[in-house]
Amino acid sequence: MIEFKNVSKVYGDGTKAVDDVTFTINEGEFVVLIGTSGSGKTTTMRMINRMIDSTSGEILIDGKDIKQEDAVQLRRKIGYVIQQTGLMPHMTVYENIVMVPKLLKWDKEKMQETAERLLKRVDMGPEFLDRYPQELSGGQQQRIGVIRALAANQDIILMDEPFGALDPITRDALQELVKHLQEEMGRTVVFVTHDMDEALKLADKIAIMSEGKIIQYDTPDNILAEPANEFVESFLGEDRLQQRSTMQTVDQVMVKTPISVTQDITLGEAIRVMRDRRVDTLFVTDMNNVLQGLVDFEAINKNRQKASTVQDIVSHVYYVKSGTLLSSVADKMLKRGYKNIPVVSEEGKLEGLVTRASLVDIVYDTIWGDDEEVESIPLETTQFSESE
Amino acid sequence: MIDFLNNYGAQMMRLIWEHLYISIVALGLGVIVAVPIGILLTRTDKLATFFIGLASILQTVPSLALLALMIPFLGIGQFPAIMALFIYSLLPILRNTYTGMKGVNPDLVDAARGMGMTESQLVRKVELPQAAPVIMAGIRLSGTYVIAWAALASYIGAGGLGDFIFNGLNLYIPELIIGGTIPVTILALLVDFVLGRVEKKVTPRNQVTE
Ligand SMILES: Nc1ncnc2c1ncn2[C@@H]1O[C@H](COP(=O)(O)OP(=O)(O)OP(=O)(O)O)[C@@H](O)[C@H]1O
Ligand SMILES: [Mg+2]
Repeated sequence: MIEFKNVSKVYGDGTKAVDDVTFTINEGEFVVLIGTSGSGKTTTMRMINRMIDSTSGEILIDGKDIKQEDAVQLRRKIGYVIQQTGLMPHMTVYENIVMVPKLLKWDKEKMQETAERLLKRVDMGPEFLDRYPQELSGGQQQRIGVIRALAANQDIILMDEPFGALDPITRDALQELVKHLQEEMGRTVVFVTHDMDEALKLADKIAIMSEGKIIQYDTPDNILAEPANEFVESFLGEDRLQQRSTMQTVDQVMVKTPISVTQDITLGEAIRVMRDRRVDTLFVTDMNNVLQGLVDFEAINKNRQKASTVQDIVSHVYYVKSGTLLSSVADKMLKRGYKNIPVVSEEGKLEGLVTRASLVDIVYDTIWGDDEEVESIPLETTQFSESE
Repeated sequence: MIDFLNNYGAQMMRLIWEHLYISIVALGLGVIVAVPIGILLTRTDKLATFFIGLASILQTVPSLALLALMIPFLGIGQFPAIMALFIYSLLPILRNTYTGMKGVNPDLVDAARGMGMTESQLVRKVELPQAAPVIMAGIRLSGTYVIAWAALASYIGAGGLGDFIFNGLNLYIPELIIGGTIPVTILALLVDFVLGRVEKKVTPRNQVTE
């Protein structure tokens, strides 16, 4: 947890870059700082790893005042990614990735293993380890920049417009990747951008900054629903506020009773449930209904001899939290080809299931709105082509 | 030619050795002193202007005069000669170290510091490797100067190939003048070549122009 308490920063020349800022970033949260140029985003972010020291106020990480800690030691615990990648041109990809582990004097095998594993996570093979940064594309370089910030298991990652210099397609892919890694590894991310779309896509919470102050700090949904003032409204723009009215969350369309079993039942029982309910996959939960993963028909079939309970063959499943915007789920379903995505509560309990069928309903609604139009459009067209 | 070598060959070998010895020690001292000072200066901009100014002024003192100035303080012989050459070698190394370090991409420095490098790790692992070619160019320049000026060292009794040249001038023996000048030139070219190779070697891959 990172707490800002009445933090201000006045530069030597008298510029008040950050003005009495108070806010809290919870563990595992993806917080995006956004605002116009010069609003103090970078300054706010860099105070967290003491690349800039605050003029007044306190910053606490897990309850400890960072001023009490040695700046160098502090920085080794916090990942740092900048727009220009900051990869060392005289070091290989491997040496770049393990820069912090090396400072922490990890042994060789552990560093090698970490570098290979992380490289794989960003879809790059071990053949890249011996290359130099300038032998990579811009997108690949920033991938290395990102995994370098994860290599020493830093709990907090700071990113200052990391994707600003990339083309839209590469940027999109990297946003997906970072969000995915963050969710999966449970890291806290503080991310600076001035791109609202990027903020809405990535953030659990957005802090909107202007002239050194945080104007609004809330979830993207709440900000869209209730912009704090005209500045925020204008910053969001008409289009996004309009969109808001048609925005739906997964809760509104999900199937409320997904077919699930507890993890201690036998494979035989699981098969029976599948047959009775006519499905080929089952969600698996623990005693408290917390989602553990899924089993499918194929896995049961393959492991009939070896495994006794579903617990042994449960595989991981991609899920979303309740309250997630449907549009972002739709995006993932289409891009990754999921048939359905389970919805869980804050505590991880299985609450529902978004299916492709429910998406079709939405698409239908947004394209045709109500039924009358559906009829009138084809009629007119037919008449038109006949008259020709 | 053969005559000359028969008469003076052994002596020439000794003088070449002396010449190299004086030059290498002076240059070595120059590197040991100027590189760290150059690095320190990048941390204090105010002192930097002062020090580089001072070194520039020393550089303008005519070389013969500087050598002569050594005599009242350090007497004659090899030591004062080495000191004088050392002072000459400082400026190019100092200036190149400073500009080389200052020229390192600030994003790299920011990233390295942000990841938790100490100042000394930053210097050793990022700034020096990045600035190495520029620093080496300064050392190379100093190297060739020092070889050339070492010929004057004989004037205060330090030996070296200057002995041939000064004797040749005093006694009107052109062979001696030539026999001193040509080896000095060859030595200068040789040092330039060797240090040039080192310079290539320390150039990081990103700065190699293909
Ligand atoms: N080292 C500095 N010395 C003096 N003023 C500074 C310094 N760094 C930043 N500032 C000023 O502080 C204010 C906030 O700067 P900051 O870099 O935090 O803004 P930002 O929100 O990150 O802007 P951008 O989107 O352009 O990166 C600006 O007015 C800037 O000019
Ligand atoms: Mg900025």
